[in-house]
Amino acid sequence: MRECKIVSRKFEIPNSHTLEVAKVHGAYEALDKMKEYSPLDVIKIIKESNLRGKGGGGAPAGEKWELMPQESDKPSFLAVNCDESEPGTFKDRQIISKDPHLLIEGILLTCYAIKAKHAYVYVRGEYKQYQDILQNAIDEAYAAGLLNECDVTIHRGAGAYICGEKSALLESMEGKRGHPRLKPKQKEPEWFFGNPTLVNNVETISTVPFIIQNGAAAYREFGTEKSPGTMLFAMSGHVNNPGVYEAEFGTSMMEYINHHGGGVKNGKKLKAVIPGGISCGVLTAEECENLTLDYEALRGIRSSLGTGGMIIMDEETDMVEALKNILEFYHEESCGQCTPCREGTGWSDKILAKILDKRGTKEDVDKLFDLADVMNGKTICVFAPSVSTVLVSFLTKFRDEFEAVVS
Amino acid sequence: MSFAFSDENLTKIQELKKRYPSPQALCLPCLWMAQYQDGFISLDAIDEIGVHTTLPPMEVYRVATFYAMLRLEAPTKLQVDVCKTLSCKLCGSDEILKHLQNKDVKINHVECLGSCSTAPVMQINDVNYENLTSEKVDAILKELL
Repeated sequence: MRECKIVSRKFEIPNSHTLEVAKVHGAYEALDKMKEYSPLDVIKIIKESNLRGKGGGGAPAGEKWELMPQESDKPSFLAVNCDESEPGTFKDRQIISKDPHLLIEGILLTCYAIKAKHAYVYVRGEYKQYQDILQNAIDEAYAAGLLNECDVTIHRGAGAYICGEKSALLESMEGKRGHPRLKPKQKEPEWFFGNPTLVNNVETISTVPFIIQNGAAAYREFGTEKSPGTMLFAMSGHVNNPGVYEAEFGTSMMEYINHHGGGVKNGKKLKAVIPGGISCGVLTAEECENLTLDYEALRGIRSSLGTGGMIIMDEETDMVEALKNILEFYHEESCGQCTPCREGTGWSDKILAKILDKRGTKEDVDKLFDLADVMNGKTICVFAPSVSTVLVSFLTKFRDEFEAVVS
Repeated sequence: MSFAFSDENLTKIQELKKRYPSPQALCLPCLWMAQYQDGFISLDAIDEIGVHTTLPPMEVYRVATFYAMLRLEAPTKLQVDVCKTLSCKLCGSDEILKHLQNKDVKINHVECLGSCSTAPVMQINDVNYENLTSEKVDAILKELL
């Protein structure tokens, strides 16, 4: 397995969160390179690199950047998504606590390209201790004169999973409840108080300095044709060495789990993997055998790469209990705006509680399939469709376990 | 009981206003400030936040009730947020929750705290305590209580 450290390059260096140490190791050098390019050149390089958004969706970043107006009488903004609430995901946290200056450098490059003068970093409320490290880095950058052209402000969330959805994030920043907005018919930027705004994940923005410094081709050296580059993949659950380890797209999943993760805990057998945060369809051990970690391979087996945060489950895991746990999460976190989602997550959670309590019937399992259908494709955002995918994947792949506990 | 922001917070509010296109954006920052100042967000604080953000108090209240981390009642005991989401559950959060039952704390079951590789985990006063065992919980609480 090839070692590749693009975003995690400075993670192991002591005190790399300080400007002094970060600068010794090359922080802010891409800004010199940036001066050789026009804003449109920078966007072109990002497009050529085919950098894909690392917050879960995997949409090409360059195409989003292109939607931002180069000429406008309204101010443009950048909103960096550090809401990171997808269970199994803890990678952005590593960046803001171990190499916050990499993020600030990426913010400066991005703002230059989209002609924004102010960037906000929306940090989830639960990350106060890491947010403080990022704030220190921002203060250092102000003192060093790095933020003369562009302001950076942290906006703290307060415990709402849905605010990781880009339009809900902006609603939240506008001082409202985090309710996702209706999607426009045509491609357009996001809007913050009616001003054009780009929303990108922390890791996406933190990849930009490498690409500007070394060129699009250098980034495409890693990964596959359609999923170029690297990602901060992560492991948690029943694995010997849980943690975040950067790897290139196209890496074999099992090799990754065995090499970095040291295999399944206590020498047990693998039963299932949730590949990229709980909103991705669950995979059986057999499905993982020849699987590679890239957007296309995961889509090919009707799951998704998501945030790259894998949850490993050993042979003794009770899948009914696992699904109940997941539905509890969704029930709690549904923003309540759309009826199919608000009611569907609640009903599914209650039915699973009944099944887990050994009071379930075969009809209850069928009802869960019906609910999955009700939640799919009928809501404003992708929250409910994800719940639907997860429900169906558990129910079909581990059907025997559900049927064993119902009468 | 009326509410007034401290001078320090008033300065912060003035500084923040320069950083946003509209004072409405200060809704969450102000709610946080009120919670840190009093330990919770009172209805009087909500009225005051309405003045600073130009939002109707009812809208501020709607927002305050949406976010799980915002408290509308004064805390009486030390609040312990225990993650109960999947990775923590797979790694033994049930035992931690059980162990906490007999302690003089307010147990708050929360969703993923973003510490999945160091599960099980709990958060107290914005600090994460990771790789928990019953012994570790005892030692942490001994220090805090």
